[in-house]
Amino acid sequence: MKLPLLTITLLTPVVGALLITILPTERKLAIKTTAAIATGISLILSLVILFNYNLKAGGLQMVENIPWIADLGVSYRLGVDGLSLPMLLLTNLIGFSCIFASWRVNERVKEFFVPLLILISGVMGTFITTDLFIFFLFYEVVVIPIYLLIIMFGSSKRVTKEYAGMKLTIYLLIGSALILLGFIWMFVTGHYLTGKYTMDMYELARVGFPAELQVPIFVLLVLGFGTLLSMFPFHAWSPDGYAGAPTAVSMIHAGVLKKIGGYALIRIGIFILPLGAKAIAPYIAVLGLANVIYAALICMRQTDLKYVVGYSSVSHMGYVVIGIAALNLISINGAVMMMFAHGVMAALFFAMVGSVYEKSHTRNIPELGGLAHQMPVTAFGFMLAGLASLGLPGLVTFIGEFTIFVGAFRVYNWIAVLAISGVVFTAVYVLRALGNVLFGPRKAEWDHLQDLKGLELVPLVVLGLAIIIPGMLPASVMDYINSGAGALMTAALNVPPGGGLQ
Amino acid sequence: MNFALLSVEIILGLGGLLLLALGLLRPVEAKRLNYGLASVIVLGLIFMAWGQGGIAESQLEGTYLADGISWFFKLLFLLAAGLVLAGSGRYARENFRAVWQFPPLVMLAVLGMIIMASAADLIVVYIGLELMTVAFYILSAYMHEDLRSYEAGLKYLVLGAVSSAVFLLGLSYLYAMTGNTRIADVGQILMITGQPALILALGLVLSGLGFKISSVPFHMWAPDVYHGAPTPVAALLAVASKAAGFAVLMRILVGIFAAYAHLFVPLLAVLAAATTIFGNLVAIPQTNMKRLLAYSSIAQAGYIMVGLVAGNSSGFKGILFYALVYVFANLGAFTILTRVEAEAGSSEIQALSGLAKRSPFMAAAMTVCLLSLAGIPPLAGFVGKWYLFMGAVEAGYLWLALLGLVMSMISVYYYLSVSKVMYIGEEDIKQRLGFSFSEGLVMWACFLLTMAAGIYPAPLVDIASSALKFMGGSI
Repeated sequence: MKLPLLTITLLTPVVGALLITILPTERKLAIKTTAAIATGISLILSLVILFNYNLKAGGLQMVENIPWIADLGVSYRLGVDGLSLPMLLLTNLIGFSCIFASWRVNERVKEFFVPLLILISGVMGTFITTDLFIFFLFYEVVVIPIYLLIIMFGSSKRVTKEYAGMKLTIYLLIGSALILLGFIWMFVTGHYLTGKYTMDMYELARVGFPAELQVPIFVLLVLGFGTLLSMFPFHAWSPDGYAGAPTAVSMIHAGVLKKIGGYALIRIGIFILPLGAKAIAPYIAVLGLANVIYAALICMRQTDLKYVVGYSSVSHMGYVVIGIAALNLISINGAVMMMFAHGVMAALFFAMVGSVYEKSHTRNIPELGGLAHQMPVTAFGFMLAGLASLGLPGLVTFIGEFTIFVGAFRVYNWIAVLAISGVVFTAVYVLRALGNVLFGPRKAEWDHLQDLKGLELVPLVVLGLAIIIPGMLPASVMDYINSGAGALMTAALNVPPGGGLQ
Repeated sequence: MNFALLSVEIILGLGGLLLLALGLLRPVEAKRLNYGLASVIVLGLIFMAWGQGGIAESQLEGTYLADGISWFFKLLFLLAAGLVLAGSGRYARENFRAVWQFPPLVMLAVLGMIIMASAADLIVVYIGLELMTVAFYILSAYMHEDLRSYEAGLKYLVLGAVSSAVFLLGLSYLYAMTGNTRIADVGQILMITGQPALILALGLVLSGLGFKISSVPFHMWAPDVYHGAPTPVAALLAVASKAAGFAVLMRILVGIFAAYAHLFVPLLAVLAAATTIFGNLVAIPQTNMKRLLAYSSIAQAGYIMVGLVAGNSSGFKGILFYALVYVFANLGAFTILTRVEAEAGSSEIQALSGLAKRSPFMAAAMTVCLLSLAGIPPLAGFVGKWYLFMGAVEAGYLWLALLGLVMSMISVYYYLSVSKVMYIGEEDIKQRLGFSFSEGLVMWACFLLTMAAGIYPAPLVDIASSALKFMGGSI
C-alpha cells in the first residue's frame, strides 16, 4: 500500500496539538518546539508532494478515498492538482513561519499552540479535499479556534478584541450558513437528477445543473465565499479582525484563510456551476473594483499599521475577485497566483508589524519613525513586504497582478483600467507608511529596540524566499496553477487552454 | 405475547418500585445504595435493550410495539438516565434531603417515556405521558426547601396538567370520530372519512405535545422550570422528555394524520421557524446558564421540528440522529454546570468565569458541547442538522432550511459568549476544580462521543437508519 502522504501532512499538526495537550504547562520551550517540529514536518512533506507531483500527467494525484458516510455518498477524498498544490504549500509556509513569529508568547502557551495547530490543519484540509462535505468540515474547524485565539491573545486598540473576534466569527459563520445551504441544495438536486447521493466535486460537476438553479446557488456561494474573501461590501470584519488578532492569527487569516474563499469560488463555484458563474460574473467584477478602490482610499487614512495592512489586504483581494470574474484561463491563473503572492506578502507584513509591536508596544505610525536605524533587518523585511505589496516587478505579487490585468482587460476593459489605478493608491499608502515608520531621523525613545535575531529570523527568511523565488522564476509556481486551472476551466467552460470566453 | 421483549419495561418498573420500598424499609442503607443500584440497573438495561434491535413486533393485542423506533428511543432514554444518574451523585448528596427517592423516580420517569415511544394505542400513549409527567412534577420540586425549585414544580404541575388535559381532549375527539383508539386503525378510518372535527383534534393534539417539546407558543414554562428545578432534573427534562414528545409526534402525525399533511405541515413549518427564532434570540441576553440552556433547548426543538416538516426519510433520520447527539451535548454541558454549581453555589454564567484556568478539560468539553448544540462541524450536531435541513430542502422548504442555518450560526454568539467567560474571565477561586470519577466518566463520554459522532458519524447514522427500517405497526 502506498503511503497516504496527504493524510500524514494533514494530520501532523493535529498530532502535534495532541502531544502538546499532554505536555506539562510549564514546559514552554518543549511546547513551542513540538509545534515547530509538527509544522516543519508538514512543510517538508508538502514540498515532497510538490516535487513528486507529475506535472506532465496533470489532474488529481495522490488520491485517497475512504468511504465516510455511506448513505450520503460522503467519502474522505483527498487529492492534489495544480490548483491546490500552491495553496497547500502556502499554508505550510505560513504555518511554519507563524510558529516562530509567536515564539515570544509566554502566557498560556498551551492554549495558544493547540488551537493554532488545529487551525493550520483545518486550512490545509480545505485545500486538499475534493468532497464537499469534508471541505465544509475543515472550513468550519478553522473558525472557532480563531475566536478563542483572538479573545485570549489579541489586542484591543480601536475596537476591543472581544468585539473584533465576535464580528469576524459571526460574519464568517453567517457566510458559511449560505454556503451550506448552497451545498445542500446542490446535493439534493444532484440526487434528484442522477438518483445518486454524492458529494464528490467531480461527480457534481458532471451532473449539469439546469441554469435556473445554477444562478441562485452560485449567488449563495458568492455571498458566503465572498465574505471570506472580504469582498465588498462584506469586508468589514477583516480590518478589525486582523487588528484585534495576535500576529500568528493575522498571518494565517490574511495569508491563507481568506484564500479559501477564492479557491472555493474557482474550484466549487466555477467548476460545478459554470452557467451560474457566467451570469453573475459581471456583478462580481464591479464589487471587485469597489474592493480595490474603496479599501485603498480608506487605507490612505489609517494610522495604525495593522489597519494599513488589513485594508490593503481587502484592496488586494479585489484583484483576485476581478480575476475570478473575468472567467478566462489567464485571469484565473492570475487570481490564483495573486492569492499565493498576497499570502506570503501579507504574512510577512503581519510578522514584521507584530515584531515591532511586541517590542515597542505601539502600532501607531506617527509615534514610530526611523526604525531602520535600530532595526535594519526588520526594516528590510518591511521593505520587502511593502514593495511586494505595491507590485514591484521581480517580486511575486507583480506576476499575479500583471496576469490578472492581462486576462481581465479582454473581458472588462474599463474595470481593468480602473483597477490598475489601484496600484497607484497602493504605492502611495505603502510607501508613506514605510517611510514614516522606517526612515527619517533616529528617535532616541526607540534605541532600546532589539533587531530580529535567532529564531525570529525564520519567518523573514522563509516568507522572503517565497516572495523572491517565484517572482524571479514565475514558472516555478505558474506551471502548476496553469495545469490545475486549465483542466478545471476546460471542463467547466470548454475554454481551450489559453483562450478566452468571448 | 413475548415477555422477553417487554423485559426492559418490566425490570425498570419493578426495579423502581423495589428501590422505593428499600428506601422506606431501610432508609440508612438506601441512602448509600440506591444511587449505585439504580445506575447498575440502568446500565444493564442499556445492554439488554441494545440486543432487541432489528425487529418489528406488536404486542399486548396490538397496543404496544417493539419496533425500530421504540428500540432507538429506549436506548436514548436509558442512556440519558444513566448519564444523569452517574453525573449527579455528588449534587444529590449535597442538595437533596431524600437522596434515595431520586434514582427510583428517574427510573419511573424513564419507564413513562419508553411507554410513550412504544405505544401503538392512544390510551397507552396517555398512560406513558402521565407516568413521565407525574414523576417530573415531583422531581422538579425535589429541593422543596428552595423556593425556586418549589415554584418550578408548581409551574410544571399546573401547565403540565393543562397540556395533558388538552392532549386528552384531542384524543377524545379522535375516539369520537372513529370509535377506536389504535393509532393504526384510527388513521385508517380517518383516511377514508375525513371529518371537520379532525382539524380540532389535530390542533388539540399538537398543542398538548407542543408543550412537551416546548415549541412556541407553548414554551413559557421551560425557562422557569429549568432554572428552578435541580440541575440534573433540568437536564433530563431537556433531553429525554423532549425526545419522548417527538417520538409520540412522529407516531401520531405519520400514523393518524398522514393523509392530512397539507393541513398541518405548513402550520408546523411556521411553528418550527417561530420556535427557532424565539429560542435563539431570547437566549442571547441571558445571564443564567440554566436559562440560557433552556432557551437553547427551545431552539433545538425548533430544529428537530424541521425534520417533522420534511416528513421524509432524511428528515426522520435527522430527528433520530439529532435527538441522540443532543443527549450527549446537552448532558455534557449540564453535567459540567452541575459540578460548577455544586461548588460555586450559583448557576449564573459568571460562575463559570476563568474555568479554563481551573480546569482546562471542563472548559474545553463545555465549549465542544455548546458548539455541537450550535451545529458547528466537525461536531455531532452538525451532521444531525445536515440531515434535518437536507430533508427540508428535499421537501421544498428551502426558506426553512435557510432560516435554520442562519439562526444556528447566530446561536454561536451566545454559546461563544459562555466560552469567552470561561477563557478570559477572572476566576473568583484560584484552586483547580476537580471532579469525581463518575462525573469525569460522564464528561469524557459526552465530550468524546460528541466529537467522534461528528468526525465519523457513520455508526450512529447506521443505528438511526436501522431504527427507521424497522418502523413497524402504525408507521
